[in-house]
Amino acid sequence: MTGRAIVIGASAGGVQALSRILPALPADFAVPVLVVAHIPPRKENALVQLFAAKCALRVKEAEDKEMLAGGTVYFAPSDYHLMVEPGGSVALSSEEPVNHSRPAIDVLFETAADAFGPNLAGVVLTGANHDGARGLKAIGDAGGIAMVEDPDTAEVGTMPAAALAACPAARPMSFEQIIHQLQGWAIS
Amino acid sequence: MTDAIEDIEIELLLEAVYQHYHYDFRDYARASLKRRLLHARKQLGYDSISALQADVLHDRTMLPRLLNFLTVQVSEMFRDPSYFRALREKVIPHLRTYASLKVWVAGCSNGEELYSLSILFREEGLAHMTLFYATDINPQALKAAETGVYSLDQIRLFTENHQKSGGLTSLSDYYTADYGRAVFDKSLRNQVVFSDHSLVTDAVFGEMHLISCRNVLIYFNRDLQNRAVGLFRDSLARRGFLGLGSKESLRFTQHADAFEEFVPSEKIYQRALG
Repeated sequence: MTGRAIVIGASAGGVQALSRILPALPADFAVPVLVVAHIPPRKENALVQLFAAKCALRVKEAEDKEMLAGGTVYFAPSDYHLMVEPGGSVALSSEEPVNHSRPAIDVLFETAADAFGPNLAGVVLTGANHDGARGLKAIGDAGGIAMVEDPDTAEVGTMPAAALAACPAARPMSFEQIIHQLQGWAIS
Repeated sequence: MTDAIEDIEIELLLEAVYQHYHYDFRDYARASLKRRLLHARKQLGYDSISALQADVLHDRTMLPRLLNFLTVQVSEMFRDPSYFRALREKVIPHLRTYASLKVWVAGCSNGEELYSLSILFREEGLAHMTLFYATDINPQALKAAETGVYSLDQIRLFTENHQKSGGLTSLSDYYTADYGRAVFDKSLRNQVVFSDHSLVTDAVFGEMHLISCRNVLIYFNRDLQNRAVGLFRDSLARRGFLGLGSKESLRFTQHADAFEEFVPSEKIYQRALG
């Protein structure tokens, strides 16, 4: 399929990390951004309200079957996996947790890598588990861009370190570097 | 390149399963189906989807094993307690006005939702006048639903959900504990018809007053969702109710106009007049 997308995974400490990145993206950012953040199951994703107030981009909870559009941040609803269909639409699933998580970062990253191939950028942020490592490797293998928050400066370095170990194409980066590369990539 | 070959193999396997066994997964949402197929390949010990396909075609005992991977069987009793609370407080008062009731649990899997509804209807004094239909395409899941045995590990969550749903009794009234298992009272399925039925290939299912079909439509593509929702429309009695999963909606289907939102926050719809 044509078009591009950015996928971001965050766990422990993720709200702060996302608060550095998402508000820095401009309103005319042409690429859809999909986010899986591990938070306790709740009916409405509290992150949507939080980030809608902070971001220039439109922020919403991802809905099953909707087409991805640029200028929009999509959060996985709590207690559902978020996936990308080959045609570039959203799919939700209540299948079993992966890496003890639902939503799982790996599920988003792997399906997005399948749908977008080299036209995908993936970012693994702070976290205390290994979710996202396999998914980031899938993104790298498909020719996409693999970015990881520097484990040494991340609030919790376990998840970024696991992603770096699994994905040879990935580089540890500061928030400024991640934002810079995303912006450059989006307009290239 | 291997990925492109894998996609071809998946197409061929789905076609083979459809032509030989008449199970039609061809219009399932592809991302999730592909994950489950690749998981099945690994778990069943095959190097490729093609090798798996050969055995599925030539060995009948492989089909049920494959079905267990292709159908999603993750559920819990009173999942999303607020849904069951809304049924209790908003839908049941309407259902009380009928002399007899038919309720269809479409895609009942291992039966968690069926038992939840059966308990709810008993608590509300409607059980004696209600006939439940519990349908699924997976024979092993249907059998599990007919057995009504769940792991005791899950009971704490089920009990919590039941209480949050406004339960009028104690969940422990309905099961006996036995070697790590909770065996649910068989009187809960006195008025239940278990049946093999496919939303993909089978027809309309009677004059239902309530259809509960939760977290089934998300596994279908848009065409298949249209077919299934059309089936629900035609299976509902006048002003009958349809309950979907908390992240499902009729918004992207052709039949949105045939329904009115009844409890929007809980995805409970009512068949529109006309």
